[in-house]
Amino acid sequence: MKKINLKTNLGRISLKNPIVLASGCFGYGDEYKDLISLDDVGAVVTKTITLKPKAGNPPPRVVETASGILNSIGLANVGAEVFLKEKLPGLLKKFSTPVIVSIAGETRDEYLKLISLLNRKKIAGIELNISCPNVGKDLTIGQDEVETFGLVKAVRKKTNLPLLVKLSPNVTDIGKIAKSAEKAGADILSLVNTFSAIGIDAETGRAKLGGVLGGLSGPAIKPIALRMVWQVRKTTSLPIIGMGGIANTSDALEFIITGANAIGLGSAIFINPDLCREIIAGLKRYLSRKRIYNLDKLVGSLIV
Amino acid sequence: MLQVKARIIENKELLPETYYRLSLKTPPIARLAKPGQFVHLRVNEKIFPLLRRPFSIHSVHKENIQILYKVTGAGTGILSRRKKDELLDVIGPLGNGYRLPDKRTKVILVAGGAGVASLCFLSQRLASCPAVLIGGRSKRDILGRDKFKRLKTKIKISTEDGSLGKKGLVTDLLQELLPTLHSPLPTVIYACGPMKMLKETAKIAERHRALCYVSLEEFIVCGVGACQGCAVRTKNGYKRVCKDGPVFDSKEIIW
Repeated sequence: MKKINLKTNLGRISLKNPIVLASGCFGYGDEYKDLISLDDVGAVVTKTITLKPKAGNPPPRVVETASGILNSIGLANVGAEVFLKEKLPGLLKKFSTPVIVSIAGETRDEYLKLISLLNRKKIAGIELNISCPNVGKDLTIGQDEVETFGLVKAVRKKTNLPLLVKLSPNVTDIGKIAKSAEKAGADILSLVNTFSAIGIDAETGRAKLGGVLGGLSGPAIKPIALRMVWQVRKTTSLPIIGMGGIANTSDALEFIITGANAIGLGSAIFINPDLCREIIAGLKRYLSRKRIYNLDKLVGSLIV
Repeated sequence: MLQVKARIIENKELLPETYYRLSLKTPPIARLAKPGQFVHLRVNEKIFPLLRRPFSIHSVHKENIQILYKVTGAGTGILSRRKKDELLDVIGPLGNGYRLPDKRTKVILVAGGAGVASLCFLSQRLASCPAVLIGGRSKRDILGRDKFKRLKTKIKISTEDGSLGKKGLVTDLLQELLPTLHSPLPTVIYACGPMKMLKETAKIAERHRALCYVSLEEFIVCGVGACQGCAVRTKNGYKRVCKDGPVFDSKEIIW
């Protein structure tokens, strides 16, 4: 039987397979150590860290919706200091899988400070989370072309590490934001973050989430996420990590065919940690059955 | 912690369309399980319901674990219709579990409704226990009494409608019991049930200077501490019910 090649490249980052554990769904790696071997996946994006620790939003923080999860965690995280001292070294030492660190700041200065802390680390890249819908601001950076360009440009000047930008789906034209990020020097685009949404309890007349607004993820958003990957593929040539509701092999294939070079698993990990292995096996079966053999050939092969 | 496909040994209806007891064959989880821990299971392999459901471990018997559950919505409804010999995707054991008491303490178990589940398992690991208090809405909500037989202790029951035991709340029973325990030994209370009951139990415990452990119930997504979804407010900041709990010292919680 011919060998199946699942390797994919995200610019300078080489992945042995296209599975990326998306930011926020995998903690800092240690939480899932008994259930998922990081050596099995292509890359890991750690939970977004901020300069100072963040307690997160008041509970309830999560509700289940029709084929979706609505969350308002509010970037709860240990902060850069604890992350660098206690979380990152273990991740880098134990596994050879590329580790991408997701960061968010309230100001441009905070992003730059985080970059300077990460520059000397042996990480595969930095993902700028400019699209968390749960931090209480009216507009995130990722919802504005000019803001996106300005931040990415400023960060680009400060680091040679591969730079990923996580795009918000809560925009009129995601292609324009993607183009701004590309022009400013981004290396890779991750899309999409969660959709701004709300859950209401009719009985109590209250919002279901403590933070009122939340971000929707899960199978419910997949068709819209696919459309956005398609739009971005048409407007830029940057590598894409596509995500949004991927829950099985077919979902993963759909994103790859649409134009994603790698696929992110998020909410689905909560439901089935074993999904990484299932999708890898499923992709191999598909490529063999279709006599394609190289995953790369499938990327952006959408027939329209 | 492991993810396994566990075979259903029995899914017994205890009260029509309400309470069920599920037995699963899963040697590794049965071996590792400690009282107060939970399992996170998928009621089917479909995307509805999307998320896993957490259940306290009710008892462990050789290679099997049992859970006791009440049908409260779509997820538990589907679970109640699963049949013997079918497989369920289970992650467990999860959470910290009850801290077992020192020998020189008096142990009191306080259960509300299906909250009795985890206390049954705890009782399997106790040397002695002067009192087990079980409360429920009516006599049909009083479950698991037989599991405490080994302790040869007095089981006191309360029901809100007075159909069994004393009419009232299980916390009323606790309130009456504590002053009568003329003992030089410290008292430790283990409680599991609805939030309101736990809050009241914590208050009574504090008044009587008893140590009190409560097992909290929250909406749990990942179950392993990754998603930060099941946050509970404590005196040391937000904590995760799934990983830092579900059992907490009642004094730590901001009620």
